Amino acid sequence: MTSPRIPQNFERPLARRGLLKGMGAAAAFATVPGALAACSSSKSSGSSGGNAGSVTSPVTFGSNYSDASPKAAFAALCAAATAAGGPKVTVNTVDHNTFQTNITSYLQGTPDDLFTWFAGYRMQYFAAQGLALPLDDVWAKIGGNFSASVKTLCTGLDGHQYFVPIYNYPWVVFYNKSHFAAKGYTVPTTWDDFIALCKKMKSDGIVPLAFADKDGWPALGTFDILNMRINGYDYHQKLMKHQVSWTDPGVTAVFDKWAELMPYMQTGANGRIWQDAAKALEQKQAGMMFQGTNQVAAQYVTDNANLDDLDFFPYPAINPTYGQDYMDAPTDGFMISKKAKNPAGAKAILEYIGTAAAESTFLKTDQWDVGVATGLQAPSYDAIQKKSVTAISGCKAVAQFMDRDADPAMATAMISIIQKFIDDPSTGNITSLQNSAEQQAKAIYTS
Amino acid sequence: MTAQTIHRTTPRASAGGRRKAPRWGQLASQAFLISACVLWLLPIAFALYVSLRPYSETQKYGYVSMPHHLTLKNFSDAWSQSDMLHYFWNSVLITVPSVIVVLALASGLAFVLTRVNVKINVALLIVFTAGNLLPQQVIITPLYRLFLQIHLPTFLAGSGLLYNSITGLIVINVAFQLGFCTFVLSNYMKSIPDEMYEAALVDGAGLWTRFRKLTVPLCRPALAALATLLTTWIYNDFFWAITLMSSGDKRPVTSALANLQGQFVSNQNLIAAAAMIAAIPTLVVYVLLQKQFIAGLALGSSKG
Amino acid sequence: MTDHELDPVAAGAPRAPRRRRVGRLSGRDKAVVAVLLGLPILIDLAFIWGPALATVGLSFTKWNGVGGLSTKTCQPNVPSILNNGCLYGIQNYHQAATIYPEFWPAVRHNLIWLAVFVFFATPLGMLFAVLIDRGIKGSRMYQSILFLPVMLSLALVGIIWEFMYSQNYGLINTVIGHNHNGNAIDWLGNPKLNLWSVLVEASWRQAGYVMVLYLAGLKAVDPQLREAAVMDGTNAWQTFWKVVFPVMRPINIVVMVVTVIESLRAFDLVYITNKGINGLELLSVLVTSNIVGETQRVGFGSALGVVLLVISLVPICTFLYLTFRRESQPKGAR
Repeated sequence: MTSPRIPQNFERPLARRGLLKGMGAAAAFATVPGALAACSSSKSSGSSGGNAGSVTSPVTFGSNYSDASPKAAFAALCAAATAAGGPKVTVNTVDHNTFQTNITSYLQGTPDDLFTWFAGYRMQYFAAQGLALPLDDVWAKIGGNFSASVKTLCTGLDGHQYFVPIYNYPWVVFYNKSHFAAKGYTVPTTWDDFIALCKKMKSDGIVPLAFADKDGWPALGTFDILNMRINGYDYHQKLMKHQVSWTDPGVTAVFDKWAELMPYMQTGANGRIWQDAAKALEQKQAGMMFQGTNQVAAQYVTDNANLDDLDFFPYPAINPTYGQDYMDAPTDGFMISKKAKNPAGAKAILEYIGTAAAESTFLKTDQWDVGVATGLQAPSYDAIQKKSVTAISGCKAVAQFMDRDADPAMATAMISIIQKFIDDPSTGNITSLQNSAEQQAKAIYTS
Repeated sequence: MTAQTIHRTTPRASAGGRRKAPRWGQLASQAFLISACVLWLLPIAFALYVSLRPYSETQKYGYVSMPHHLTLKNFSDAWSQSDMLHYFWNSVLITVPSVIVVLALASGLAFVLTRVNVKINVALLIVFTAGNLLPQQVIITPLYRLFLQIHLPTFLAGSGLLYNSITGLIVINVAFQLGFCTFVLSNYMKSIPDEMYEAALVDGAGLWTRFRKLTVPLCRPALAALATLLTTWIYNDFFWAITLMSSGDKRPVTSALANLQGQFVSNQNLIAAAAMIAAIPTLVVYVLLQKQFIAGLALGSSKG
Repeated sequence: MTDHELDPVAAGAPRAPRRRRVGRLSGRDKAVVAVLLGLPILIDLAFIWGPALATVGLSFTKWNGVGGLSTKTCQPNVPSILNNGCLYGIQNYHQAATIYPEFWPAVRHNLIWLAVFVFFATPLGMLFAVLIDRGIKGSRMYQSILFLPVMLSLALVGIIWEFMYSQNYGLINTVIGHNHNGNAIDWLGNPKLNLWSVLVEASWRQAGYVMVLYLAGLKAVDPQLREAAVMDGTNAWQTFWKVVFPVMRPINIVVMVVTVIESLRAFDLVYITNKGINGLELLSVLVTSNIVGETQRVGFGSALGVVLLVISLVPICTFLYLTFRRESQPKGAR
């Protein structure tokens, strides 16, 4: 139970902050002796009293991979990193909801050296607060393994890298091949085909789209994809950064299209966890389900359902200008906390993880995500994973997800707004929800 | 003089007065209580039933179906896969010291407040009692910052801080429960007749002796009752552990249950089993010390 | 438990002599007092009241919980990230009351919660207590069963009830035949229903709690009092309201406070059910989600906390007033 930890008596000899009048991260930085503060960005500066750590001493890894299978995959990855010459890794697993909720406290408290996190603004936000260590030197070594777009995902607002990715996964529409074959359904590529298929399924007594939003975030995916299909990727990014108003007609169009689809989505979504929706798909009570492979395919594995029968297609096109060019394909990966006690050791681990070899180790146990390294040859890929690679590479751009692209507080506000939309998708309600979203966005993004 | 003098046991009401109660009243009461008990047991019994059935079976037939197999496998799986013993031990490490320290501090405080004429004793009692009634959320942010500022030697806290340490959770549980215990104990101590102290004074006993040798033994029933209550409350705490403890493996069992829920989310049968296991300690405490509970609560309330 | 209020009626038992406080203290005694008094006071101030006051202070700032606070005033119309740790005046309160869509629902839900506890759970618990206290057959067993939920943590209660309420698999929907995709009743997800569903869970636990409080109070009622009433020919109903209930005044106060405080503190149950969103908003949850969430709006959350604090202080002060009023009067004067 007590993990071997570095003696901590040495930590924070400087800048002991008084209650509630602590200095800002920038200020704290300024108190670090000049030599360190002057360190250029290419050399990361150990902020915890200038202790750079050592490549051989053990490191701790804060993990939110709390479900059994990802946990095992993650353990294998850490073991491989150590075997490849890295330091010994002690994993500290916290269930993912709690981990995410407590992240600010965690990073300011006594964080582990490394921690699991998400790419996109959600990473940039914490990097900008000075809670993460810049990884430019790590990227100098692993940069060749990744495409430019992946590197952009790992780059903070200040232009430095803060993140090393491990995998991503696409948000697509799942169905059972045998089910479609038996009923004579065909994969739709346009909105009209999609609605027609939904109608047909409904008349066949099948729930067209399994749907669950008890956890709040799954429905954000539907908003994202409709938004990207109707308004495109740039609009999505602008909206997430509040450069477009939430009362914009583009947003209204998204909600209107969604309202059109509501009659075909499983009712009572706000009270159902997505795992139960996936079960409805497994049992062919539902014909389709829009979610990430990281959830649906993983659930098939967990439930011992027929994974071979599972297939997916990209969300149908709505606006011909954008076709099926974009999708959410969230990238997960790792960061080093600013307060890391052994930054050198942590970097050694990340230098290993940022390789195709490490990714394929991880993917031996993981049957639903796909690696992000260029030219990755993962022999263990199943059909879903192979198709995921094609689907993602076929996109002109991939978004992360609303709760990763937007200010997290705004994503929280949208969770509540979208749940209210699910309860009442009427035009009048859409208007008032858009107004509420805009008012909250103003309070959150500016003051 | 013994505790009996003050702890005047109220005899259970004799049946004499009740015999006249009309029979239909009795029947109606019985019927009402029986149906209430069925309703009260139903959710627990149902969760227990789910936990005793294999996942494959409930997956196929639903939870509400006749059992084909009943098995303890969910229990053994939940126990071994989630390392529950470890979390139980964390709970013990947090609960036992907390209860002891709260009772020690509260009895000392209550003694001074009731037996020594401190000018502001009523005011102090008010401050403590009110503090215990505050919602936890009201104090969490500053508390969290405070916990990050207090450094502890490593033998007290693996994290080197009050934050994310067992010691920290003990401290906040102690601080938070202090008010209630002081309130109850001071009420109890007020009922100790002054003559006993006068006798002790004649013997030349100092304040400490009067506290340690006279008051504490006399308060034993109250202390036992409070200990039972505190054990349940602290064991059941959820909020402090999730906010002031960042390491999953140091959390007590109640908040670790959230972990398990995440871990077994698709296997509800396992969650049910884990929940049943987590409930066992409080149920054992309850069965063993049921009478103390009533007594303890009575102490807290019979303030005149 | 000698209760001063009951003593005079209790079969001529000699009244407990008035307490005299011990006046003179030796030096050692003073040290003992200092320690016994000082340590708890220090803990209480440092970990309870200090933070409570600090929360009030924080509620006038805009702060995301990272870095420090300054005495600068927040600049209007500047990206939030540049406006951190600054003084924000009463803006947080203003925003909460005007544009935060969860605020008023949360207040309403807290009030509904309170109303259900006051008008349903508490009377139910009282009824249990009265029936059980009449000593009918099996009363010990009834008492044990009805009190059982109180022993479970609220987190556990939430988990256990999920099996009852689950849409497609739960006991309730299956029994009433509403577990199909078309007609399933979404007990915990439908915002029109879920508050009531959770209140059933909460009352399930609260009634047992109140029952035990009343049982404790009823045990303190002198049986001779009741027997006297019975001799006078009053029936059970009248006996209860005219004789027993008034004597239980102190316990009534405690129950009242427990009821109010528990409804304001309600948190665990909705948090475990759906993190307190979509129909289950409560003030305590809003405070938590703003203060300990992934992005912290500490100032804003603190302002909500202060609202909760002010509301809580009403029952707390009432309780303290009713409880300690007599404390300041000489005992004999009652």
